Amino acid sequence: MTPSRKSHTMLHLDLQRWRMRLTLALLFGGFAALSARAVYLQAWHNDFLNEEGEKRVQRVAPIPAYRGVISDRRGEPVAVSTPVETIWVNPRQANASPEQIKALGKILERDPGQLARLFADKSKGFVYLERQLEPPKANQIMALNLAGVFSKPEYRRYYPAGDVMGHVLGITNLDDKGQEGVELAFQSWLAGEAGARRVVRDRLGNVVEVLEQIKPPKPGRDLALSLNQHIQYLAYRELSDAVAKHNARAGSVVVLDARTGEILALANTPSFNPNSRATYSPERLRNRAVTDVFEPGSTMKPLLVSAALDAKVVAPETTIDTGPGWFIVGDKKITDTHPKGVMTVAQAIQVSSNVAAAKIALEMRGEDYWRLLSHAGIGAQPNSGLPGEVSGRLRPFATWRPIEKATMAYGHGLSVSLLQLAHAYTAFANDGVMPALTTLRREGVATGVRVMSADTARKVLPMLEMVTQNGGTAPMARVAGYRVGGKTGTAHKFRINGGGYEADKYVSSFVGLAPVSNPRLVVAVMIDEPGGRDYYGGLVAAPVFSRVMAGALRFMAVPPDTRFDSDSAPPGEAPVIAESV
Amino acid sequence: MILRTLFSRLFAHLDGPLVGLLALLLLLGSSVVYSASGESPAKMASHFLNLSVALSAMLLVSHIPPQRLMQFALPAYAVGLILLLGVALFGIVVNGSRRWLELGVTRIQPSELMRLAVPMMLAWYLHYKQETLRGRDFLVAGLLLALPVGFIAKQPDLGTSLLITASGFYVLFLGGLSWKIIVGAAVTAGSALPVAWNYLLHDYQRGRVLTLIDPSSDPLGAGYHIIQSTIAVGSGGVAGKGWMAGTQTHLDFLPERSTDFIFAVYSEEFGLIGNLFLLLLYAAIIWRGLLLASGAPSLFGRLFAGAIVLTFATYAFVNMGMVSGILPVVGVPLPLVSYGGTSMVTVLVGFGIVMSLVTHKKLVKT
Repeated sequence: MTPSRKSHTMLHLDLQRWRMRLTLALLFGGFAALSARAVYLQAWHNDFLNEEGEKRVQRVAPIPAYRGVISDRRGEPVAVSTPVETIWVNPRQANASPEQIKALGKILERDPGQLARLFADKSKGFVYLERQLEPPKANQIMALNLAGVFSKPEYRRYYPAGDVMGHVLGITNLDDKGQEGVELAFQSWLAGEAGARRVVRDRLGNVVEVLEQIKPPKPGRDLALSLNQHIQYLAYRELSDAVAKHNARAGSVVVLDARTGEILALANTPSFNPNSRATYSPERLRNRAVTDVFEPGSTMKPLLVSAALDAKVVAPETTIDTGPGWFIVGDKKITDTHPKGVMTVAQAIQVSSNVAAAKIALEMRGEDYWRLLSHAGIGAQPNSGLPGEVSGRLRPFATWRPIEKATMAYGHGLSVSLLQLAHAYTAFANDGVMPALTTLRREGVATGVRVMSADTARKVLPMLEMVTQNGGTAPMARVAGYRVGGKTGTAHKFRINGGGYEADKYVSSFVGLAPVSNPRLVVAVMIDEPGGRDYYGGLVAAPVFSRVMAGALRFMAVPPDTRFDSDSAPPGEAPVIAESV
Repeated sequence: MILRTLFSRLFAHLDGPLVGLLALLLLLGSSVVYSASGESPAKMASHFLNLSVALSAMLLVSHIPPQRLMQFALPAYAVGLILLLGVALFGIVVNGSRRWLELGVTRIQPSELMRLAVPMMLAWYLHYKQETLRGRDFLVAGLLLALPVGFIAKQPDLGTSLLITASGFYVLFLGGLSWKIIVGAAVTAGSALPVAWNYLLHDYQRGRVLTLIDPSSDPLGAGYHIIQSTIAVGSGGVAGKGWMAGTQTHLDFLPERSTDFIFAVYSEEFGLIGNLFLLLLYAAIIWRGLLLASGAPSLFGRLFAGAIVLTFATYAFVNMGMVSGILPVVGVPLPLVSYGGTSMVTVLVGFGIVMSLVTHKKLVKT
């Protein structure tokens, strides 16, 4: 008997009862299993799964910190951060249509074809589309609603003074880190600490909702520089004019507060605009006043005379016979441009006699000269706070041969940066004490180093003033209404590949101070390779000095110490005493 | 008055309670699709288009008398088989499986047709043989079932082939298939399992089963769906996160959220309470369906209607089981809730047939 035969009669009328019931039982068993599973997942295991779910949607995102504002000594902002948006794309998530790419290209001003290739490269998961875009443009892009295109907030640095202050301020890179100048030197002070917030993100990484701030961003601290923006503008303008006028390769100018050691202005040309990356080239980025050295030439003579006065080898009125204007030391001939015969030490400074300087040097111990130079910071980093400082070159006195002692007397065989040179001259302004340099606004009193006795400093000051009087090498350095002292320097350039000096390449410089009755400011000017007819420091650098000093004295409200007459004003024509080179 | 007559004639073959339950389910389904689609008006428009087409088809089919349906059984089955053969020979490959047949104007998936044609064929066959039903007839019926299932499994479309097997089995079981054969087949299938596992299943199919056992073994690959859907279901909690407020689903972490995984969206937003309500609603529809099926005047009607309702139940169970992580991932939509026209039309036409089979009482007595 087969089962089918047995079921035959049942089938006729109805489905078999037990089959129906079994089916129903199985079915509701299944549904009971589903219910049990639902209870397990949603009422029992719920906390864990809920947490897992939150893990997937909640992320900790950084909040960029605001970089501190850099201002000049008067509080005017010179480096400011503004919020910008950086746009990036994940090509693996992107599926932009040609129209969308075209719209994007229009906003970014980029070739749509190139953008399309970028979007099509599925091997990459992160490509910057544009960094540091101004917010309105970024908003336009985000309004296109492209899949896989994201923005993140950043800050961008702006420098209102542009190329005028480029070298001092330096630059930050795209990640808001200091790369040059004050931005680099004070990175940790200026940079804040990024904060964090908990956000809800969808699977593609878009921030949908900000839940809470876990850690507020700690903004960077502000920085007040010692620089005076007005003096800086003036210095940069006068320097640029002079470099252009004399067809020079480069130039630098430094303005120091003689009492506090504060750098009031520091400019170089060629310069760069920190707001425009196109102008960044190694040649332009170099802060020459700090990072480049040159043989100072005659500007060293006042330091030599100071050492001689300190060592009591000479007095200001001691006479020196410069003879025919030349003088043999060993196998080398030291010459003056114009023979002057017998002259006092003061006159030797006034007319910049190499023969006299060499003769004084040979009268004294090398150690005395060396010690004064060392105390004046020659051969050591000036510690101004700016990055890239060089120390220059000052060989130990024990290795000096007589001829080297003689040439070092008029500034050859050693090298300095313009900042070091200006710094050294603050000693003449402060009764022999040289205050520490700083790039920041000085709060409190500067520490100082005694370079020479107060008596010596007071004796050298009138000699420096003589340089700017008629009969000196730099009448053009004069400033109407103020008594001005200083010293010219004109030096052959050292051949870069060795082998002595270039015959017709010069470094022209002038370092001076004012007012002589109570010196407040030191200004140093250096013009590299003036290409025109003039190359004497008194002709090329002194006029720049005069104009910068005049402006700076006025900006600093320094009272005049002489009458405003033709005697104190720089001469129209140049009755310059050619200095010895 | 005329209008009233027209209406009553139009809806004459519908079953009130069943239609009411189905309407409730469709309403619930539409609200979930709205949420899962991210309030997309375009998707909702196409959803409602699908809905109206499917409901019209149900209404239309409810008017077809069972005798006419019986006449369709053999031709529908034969055409389906030929089309499956066509798929095997000329079918186009989408996502690695050969399921579609290009007909110039449109593509069709013959396995969808077979979901109804196979149980109809088997019900017709048993009905046709009912006076002389013997063991041998079940063998023939078994062959009629195995043929299309084999084609579909070969595509490969394991989910559909298993579900068609189930619907055919329901007909045979309700039709009186011997216990001994059932047990025997179960034992054979059980012992053949290792062989099937090693030789018949594709790697991805094995992967799905292994993934079910330990989803965390491949959290970014095979396990991703399961893990995400389990998390979505679980994070709904007892009361749910509220309609349109599911984070897992709205933030795009859940794949296929408006189709196969829509149950996870529902669970996250409506919680345990909503879940139990949905199960209850399904149970009520199935209960009512089976009640109707058992009252059909002919054997063909009883078998076919019973199989349709049980298949519906199976679909619902398999989908919810898959989403909540107790069954492997099989591409089966949640009937009448998931977005998608084909499934909605197939299911509602099925219910139209059920209602037709039981409401056309004036049959020639067999």
